[in-house]
Amino acid sequence: MRIYGIGAIGIALGLLAVLLASLISTGAASFVQTHVRFDVVIDPSMVDAEAPGEGNYRAIVRDGFEALFPEVTNRRDQRDLQRIVSSGAQYMLRDRVVAQPDLIGTTVSLKVPVSDPFDQFAKGVIPRDVPEEQRRVSDKQIVWWDALVADGRISKPFNWALFFNSDSRFPELAGLRGAIVGSLFALLVCFLISFPVGIAAAIYLEEFAPKNRFVDVIEVNINNLAAVPSVIFGLLGLAVFLNFLGMPRSAPLVGGMVLSLMTLPTIIIATRAALKAVPPSIREAALGVGASRQQAVFHHALPLAMPGILTGTIIGLAQALGETAPLLLIGMNAFITSDPGGLTDPATALPTQIFIWADSPERGFVSRTSAAILVLIGFLLVMNLLAIFLRQRFERKW
Amino acid sequence: MLLAALLLVIGLSLLAYFGSRFRAVASGRKDLHSLPSYHGLFVALWVGLPSLLIIVVWVGLQEPVIDNLLLSSLPEEEIAGKDVGQVGLLLGEIKNVSRGQIFKEPSASVQAAADRYVAWQVIADRAMIAAALAIALAAGALAAIRFRPQFRARQSVERIVTWLMVLCSVLAILTTAGIVLSLVFEALRFFARVPFWDFFFGLSWEPQIALREDQIAGAGAFGAIPVFAGTLLIAFIAMLIAGPIGLLAAIYNAEYAHPRFRAVAKPLLEILAGVPTVVYGFFAVLTVAPALREFGALLGLSVAPNSALAAGAVMGIMIIPFISSLSDDALSAVPQAMRDGSYAIGATQAETIRQVLLPAALPGIVGGFLLAISRAIGETMIVVMAAGLIATLTANPFSGVTTVTVQIVTLLIGDTEFDSPKTLAAFALGLVLFVVTLGLNVIALRIVQKYREKYE
Amino acid sequence: MQLEAAETIRMEGTVPMDGPHEAEAVSMESPAAETAIRDVKIAARGVDVYYGQTHAIKNVSMDVGANEVTAFIGPSGCGKSTFLRAINRMNDTIDICRVTGSIKLDGSDIYDPKVDVVQLRARVGMVFQKPNPFPKSIYDNIAYGPRIHGLVSGKAETDLVVERSLRRAGLWEEVKDRLPAPGTGLSGGQQQRLCIARAIAVEPEVILMDEPCSALDPIATARIEELIDELRANYTIIIVTHSMQQAARVSQRTAFFHLGDLVEFGNTEQVFTMPAEQKTQDYITGRFG
Repeated sequence: MRIYGIGAIGIALGLLAVLLASLISTGAASFVQTHVRFDVVIDPSMVDAEAPGEGNYRAIVRDGFEALFPEVTNRRDQRDLQRIVSSGAQYMLRDRVVAQPDLIGTTVSLKVPVSDPFDQFAKGVIPRDVPEEQRRVSDKQIVWWDALVADGRISKPFNWALFFNSDSRFPELAGLRGAIVGSLFALLVCFLISFPVGIAAAIYLEEFAPKNRFVDVIEVNINNLAAVPSVIFGLLGLAVFLNFLGMPRSAPLVGGMVLSLMTLPTIIIATRAALKAVPPSIREAALGVGASRQQAVFHHALPLAMPGILTGTIIGLAQALGETAPLLLIGMNAFITSDPGGLTDPATALPTQIFIWADSPERGFVSRTSAAILVLIGFLLVMNLLAIFLRQRFERKW
Repeated sequence: MLLAALLLVIGLSLLAYFGSRFRAVASGRKDLHSLPSYHGLFVALWVGLPSLLIIVVWVGLQEPVIDNLLLSSLPEEEIAGKDVGQVGLLLGEIKNVSRGQIFKEPSASVQAAADRYVAWQVIADRAMIAAALAIALAAGALAAIRFRPQFRARQSVERIVTWLMVLCSVLAILTTAGIVLSLVFEALRFFARVPFWDFFFGLSWEPQIALREDQIAGAGAFGAIPVFAGTLLIAFIAMLIAGPIGLLAAIYNAEYAHPRFRAVAKPLLEILAGVPTVVYGFFAVLTVAPALREFGALLGLSVAPNSALAAGAVMGIMIIPFISSLSDDALSAVPQAMRDGSYAIGATQAETIRQVLLPAALPGIVGGFLLAISRAIGETMIVVMAAGLIATLTANPFSGVTTVTVQIVTLLIGDTEFDSPKTLAAFALGLVLFVVTLGLNVIALRIVQKYREKYE
Repeated sequence: MQLEAAETIRMEGTVPMDGPHEAEAVSMESPAAETAIRDVKIAARGVDVYYGQTHAIKNVSMDVGANEVTAFIGPSGCGKSTFLRAINRMNDTIDICRVTGSIKLDGSDIYDPKVDVVQLRARVGMVFQKPNPFPKSIYDNIAYGPRIHGLVSGKAETDLVVERSLRRAGLWEEVKDRLPAPGTGLSGGQQQRLCIARAIAVEPEVILMDEPCSALDPIATARIEELIDELRANYTIIIVTHSMQQAARVSQRTAFFHLGDLVEFGNTEQVFTMPAEQKTQDYITGRFG
């Protein structure tokens, strides 16, 4: 019996370890990004100084990169050569020139991500020893690549783009910024609704509610709501918020509202437990000097219960942050390449972004997905540690 | 505009608060019944709450009302012969034009409507502010004239606060009502198109068949039995994994473990419950499914890439902590006297656990298992990512099956038109899911509660 | 001695009950030898308290004299605390509790629906069995009551009230240098005196004490008893105690409760030396309880 027990715990924890290990081993690579460095000439004939946003940056980047390999003249080879550089390079150059128009006419050193197959190749995900037709990197390209490496033009800096870019079709350019902002917006809405409403409801139920059927119904209701599958809340959001109230699809506002309905029971239950832990003698003391029942609660019991309430709230928000299914149903899985500017703009959230990337066929997205999961788990870890800290620091023994 | 209106209300409320408070202080009366701040709060609440309500209702109604006005102002021929969807498109075009997003040259009547739309919107926004202002002032004035030193402002404020708190508590009921109503309403619409009997007892589930809009009603099969069977198969596999592991872990933790081991092992197990389900889904796709495939190939079995086994196994991992912590609670609730009694007649610890503790804790453990099953049935992301989309009626864990939650998500992802049986089917499935999980939860909670009472 | 005390200071606004009323109340329980209560602060008539189905107080009538210490004694569960909590409507907070009959404070019924229970509790302060200071500073513990009743405005006035209350509770010298320290950091006896100071700070007319010394050591108890005797000059005090010695030491009148009945009520000296009822006799001689 004892051995079986240890074995069971061992298996469970072992599975946890396997889960984390597989995520870290695949995700770690995405925290660096292979870059290539080359010079481009920003020819005034290609970029109009009056309208720097309109220039032919594609040609500028192409010419700059081809200049590294003057021996490649065949059109087909040139195209294969271009495949090394990420398609996003021209836009990065454009943004730089728009921000600094006096670059026009000068030669600029460009350091841009390489395209996904070469990123994978550089990280060893695509091995050299597989037959040529089974990899997305041709032998010819490998020769060029090796030349670039020998030239010291290839580097692997930390992948800031993972945090500061939004989603993209190209794995090497895709980042989590839009999803993080979307999640923050949704959590903000969720917090603004569920925190005050949850506390108010909990105070009423714990401190003031008479014992009658109506209150019993509310209590049973809250306990059952806590166990309703999350996808059902998505159906509610779809039918009521989107279809009936006509709110915008894919918006963090609606996502936050749906999440707040799911978080409410958690906050109510935590708040009631925290209020219950405040000894009645404190309330009696307040009543004894002539405080009203509401004053006794708001001046004394509630502040004393606050650490417990905050702990419960953070845990509830952490659950909401990881929640995916209801957000899918209200369309927060759209392909959106800019971060949302407001609560009603279409957006994704971290977990839905993970879902989108997990569904993408490109090799690079496998690693990106793991990296996104690690980021999500990082956020959850911070929130849970904060909750534990609050509990340890402010928990009072009566 | 909304922001301006809200700021206005907040500003007025603050003004009312400080004004009334000052008035109470300035009255110089020592026999004030309530503190000046309550007099302030009283008027401020009267200024703020009704006007806030007006704004919320207004914002909710403005768009539909203007839409209707727009439609009725359009020339007959623009609307004649169009169905709801096309009218919606027309409205969308008008609004796009009004924002200056013009894709093709708008017709004269659309252009005119767009201009009207802009004008009406300005009027409506101004009217909202005016209405909010009027309500705030009127209610504030009504509240302010009640000022007297003996006026029980505190009681009045507390009454309002109590009602606000009741309102917040009722939100929980409204949520449930919203769930039930939306599920039932859409499910009824579904059953108006697909016979009840076909749904619950049909053996073929092919909702995606319809390719053209005019085919929808005819084609497509909505027999949910294979979907239900797939759900149960995956939940069963999950319980096969989680049941023994969770229970044994609980027994060890409750009966054998050193308190210090327990203090570390329990939270570590809880982490498994805290990992977002989308992570488990990816884990299933990334690691478990390929591993099972290779393992199956080794044994000469063909394992589908989206096998029920992979999804069920990963779901089992997720459920372990539910079972272990609920079983742990059940075991810990067994009174020490029962253990002592067993030891007193010379039973070993293992015998005591098997013959005394487990039978005594059985109701609590069963309740925990039921809760876990309900969790497994309702779990979405793992199966959406790791299980199949095709509904096959099979008990073979190596083949791909689909589940209720998978179907809900896949039917509703992307474009959702609310009048095709395809989307409505998702709500019918949702209703079944809701009823089943709720039933399981209610039964489980009842069992657990009865069990607790027995030992208290 | 009781008479002197009763006459020394009369709280402002106190309206004495009329003569026959007093006589009736006194004659109920004791023969003519009883020293009459001159100045009735609280008059209870036919009070019943129910907890759900339990009949906790049965038809109790008694008068409490102003500026006297009245002790409630009796075996645990006899209803003495319940009756005490009926006097400032502390029982209101318990849903299933119901009070009938009339309790008049200075002639007006405290259960009148028009009465603001909060103002009532400001007039009838309470000190609890276990010291229960707020988990706040000593200063804030005292200042809280005056603040919510609007008795003070500004720091200077609050300081004054805090000092005066602490002085009256005999705690000032011990804590004057650590007013910002948490009240929960004081010793048990100090905490209880802090609670008394907190009650005094809102200028009550009556102070109810529910076994205020049961959690304290003998030295702290003696200190509190002294304090009660000093406070009598300014306040009407009712004290519930399980210690007959304490009742005999601090009170002028004693009421003996048993199973919800008020068995005997009279001069403390008389109740303890020659009780009129057999049950009282049995209790004070330790035959039960």
